[in-house]
Amino acid sequence: MTEEIIIAGFGGQGVLSLGKILAYSGVMQNKEVSWMPSYGPEMRGGTANVTVIISDERISSPVLNAFDTAIILNQQSMDKFEKSVKPGGLLIYDPNGITHHPLRKDINIYQIDATEEATKAGLTKVFNMVVLGGFLKMKPIIAPEFIHKGLEKSLPKRHHGMIPANEKAIEKGKEILKPYHLV
Amino acid sequence: MSENITKEELQQDENLIYCKSKVLTDNEFHYCPGCGHGTVHRIIAEVVEEMGIQGQTIGVAPVGCSVLAYNYFDFDCQGAAHGRAPAVATAIKRLLPDRYVFTYQGDGDLAAIGTAETIHACNRGENIAIIFINNGIYGMTGGQMAPTTLEGMKTATSPYGRSIADTGSPLRITEMIAILPGTHYVTRQAVHSPAAVRKTKKAIRKAFENQDLKQGLSFIEIVSNCNSGWKMNPRQANDWMVEHMFPYYPLGDIKVDGQLVK
Amino acid sequence: MKELRLMKGNEAIAEGAIRAGADGYFGYPITPQSEIMEYLMAEKPKERTGMVVLQAESETASINMVYGGAGCGKRVMTSSSSPGISLMQEGLSYMAGAELPCLVVNVVRGGPGLGTIQPSQADYFQTVKGGGHGDYKLITLAPASVQEMYDFVSLGFELAFKYRNPCMILSDGVIGQMMEKVEIGDQEPRWSDAYIREHHPWSTLGKTPDRPHNIITSLELESSRQEKVNLKIQAKYRILETEEVRYEMIDCEDADYVFVAYGSSARICQKAMELGREKGIKIGLLRPITLYPFPVKVLHDLAGKTKGMLVVEMSAGQMIEDVKLAVECRVHVEHYGRFGGIIPSPSEVLHALENQIIGG
Repeated sequence: MTEEIIIAGFGGQGVLSLGKILAYSGVMQNKEVSWMPSYGPEMRGGTANVTVIISDERISSPVLNAFDTAIILNQQSMDKFEKSVKPGGLLIYDPNGITHHPLRKDINIYQIDATEEATKAGLTKVFNMVVLGGFLKMKPIIAPEFIHKGLEKSLPKRHHGMIPANEKAIEKGKEILKPYHLV
Repeated sequence: MSENITKEELQQDENLIYCKSKVLTDNEFHYCPGCGHGTVHRIIAEVVEEMGIQGQTIGVAPVGCSVLAYNYFDFDCQGAAHGRAPAVATAIKRLLPDRYVFTYQGDGDLAAIGTAETIHACNRGENIAIIFINNGIYGMTGGQMAPTTLEGMKTATSPYGRSIADTGSPLRITEMIAILPGTHYVTRQAVHSPAAVRKTKKAIRKAFENQDLKQGLSFIEIVSNCNSGWKMNPRQANDWMVEHMFPYYPLGDIKVDGQLVK
Repeated sequence: MKELRLMKGNEAIAEGAIRAGADGYFGYPITPQSEIMEYLMAEKPKERTGMVVLQAESETASINMVYGGAGCGKRVMTSSSSPGISLMQEGLSYMAGAELPCLVVNVVRGGPGLGTIQPSQADYFQTVKGGGHGDYKLITLAPASVQEMYDFVSLGFELAFKYRNPCMILSDGVIGQMMEKVEIGDQEPRWSDAYIREHHPWSTLGKTPDRPHNIITSLELESSRQEKVNLKIQAKYRILETEEVRYEMIDCEDADYVFVAYGSSARICQKAMELGREKGIKIGLLRPITLYPFPVKVLHDLAGKTKGMLVVEMSAGQMIEDVKLAVECRVHVEHYGRFGGIIPSPSEVLHALENQIIGG
């Protein structure tokens, strides 16, 4: 099993930490992982993206141009990464703020109203975990117990009180994921 | 002295009134006759010997006339790149806090190329001693202008005399570093007379003893001559130093026990 | 079971330094490697092992602090990125001349000049050809993973002390900034003064009655003696070149074509190999781990067995010169590179092989 994922959105949406929690959970489940962020001036308020790879085998390139899954959280990222999903692959996006919805017919596309749900449920701080839930619904490559351990390792100790809220958000994400276009 | 006394007859214990410090090696100084370096080396060696810290002393030599200082001191030494002695000494002291660590630097090394390292070691309050020989010229490279060269002084690179308009004023770096909270003891001395030598020795001893207090850096400027570079004989050079250098670089303590001297 | 952590390459360097029992780190902030000193400061290594960590006033001061610490036989290091490493060249030359061991980490960014803060491999020449003045070499390790960033700290110190020569870890922004799984080793003890006196008797820890004073210097005014110093240093390099060559060969046995790449480029090439093999193109990878000493012999041998080599670097073509020297025109060698902070994609690299080597 090798899962190659791009997660992209605005800086501040928790894109990098979503990737880190996923990657750390992979480590806890004894998978090979890599987490490669875009870094530089764009981090300061602009777009942010991170490539996460989770595999049973040694990972070759941490930098990719085609992905099994794209998790897209703003329009710029949609413009940039819709075309990077491998044929037959998966695209999950939050429709909030999206004006040009994906047009690919050769991939499976799901919507997740994470922004709206998180706001409604008072979970804005764990918005990115709602998104993670949506991903795990489609790709249950990491067991919940290892996600729990990944949260423990990724979050500073002072935020460990937030872990139940994070897990609740993940469950919420699994519930609200809905298909937009299926192959 | 009568010419028929042999060297062997003269070298008897009862005639001994002065001998070289045991903390100096047997290597002959390469310094020009009349130069202050030899005297300052001797003072440092005597202080180390009298304090009984030969095995705990680590010296850092500069680039300049005293680049080979480590050949004369009989304790462990490192030769630093030009200007970098305070950085080298910083690491030695941080890693070996119970050793006595000092740098020995000239004016080009300390006040030109090494200005940043000097100021920051002083500002961090490293528990080291910096011994700064200021003779207002680059001796080793053949008498070029130094940051401390006096106005109007002729050197190889200021053949018509140093122009303040072109090259700025002679740098009183010792007064500059004295205002930094990191310096504990700052003084300016000389070695041109027996009285001056005694005062300098006291100052150097204090600089070594201060390292036990861990109160900050001790900085000793020694205004010295360079009769070769100044193109004078040793006597003229000392006279010129008293007449011209001392007024601009006045001798005496500038900061004692962390307090500026008023 | 060993402790597993998800770490950035830069963090792995820092943790690796503490665990290796390093005595000191002296550095100056610069992107993309500032996490090294930040991590060290946050970890309070003074409390963990007694390790000294100091933020210096410049890279110039940093490398000279490293000189001072190394002269005392201590395991000391610094890290920087390209422009800062340029500033350290004087100190590195002095250390090679004075035969001082140390570890320097370069997390390379795009240049020349202030350049970009994104990844690059354009400091190859500066590192392996001697960036400072005089005849000297840096032992150069090129990690391709976060685990190797961690492991090469202690390997780097080991080689540096074995040969009394500075060692550089030549990394880049990809390896520095990415996170991977790292197996954390046990805490190694710091060396005691007694250990240093016994094993590194040249160090300036303070004179003892049983030996003459030690002097650390790179100065020798007598030409005839300076030549002897140089010959001694060169003799060490000849030993290094026979004993310490490290490389990784992947799928070269049946390969028609071979990528030659180090560090993050080697990782990208590995993916390009996978893509190529899916299309039926038999590709192998030779990854030099030591850039100096360079794996000359293995490349020479490989040259007789392959139809072409593509050297992939994030530079305008630097390591390719060493590859060409090694293969002695026995095989067609081409270069593919992106630079200025651009990372080539795996498919781009495969296309380059198809166009420049297979079709070329």
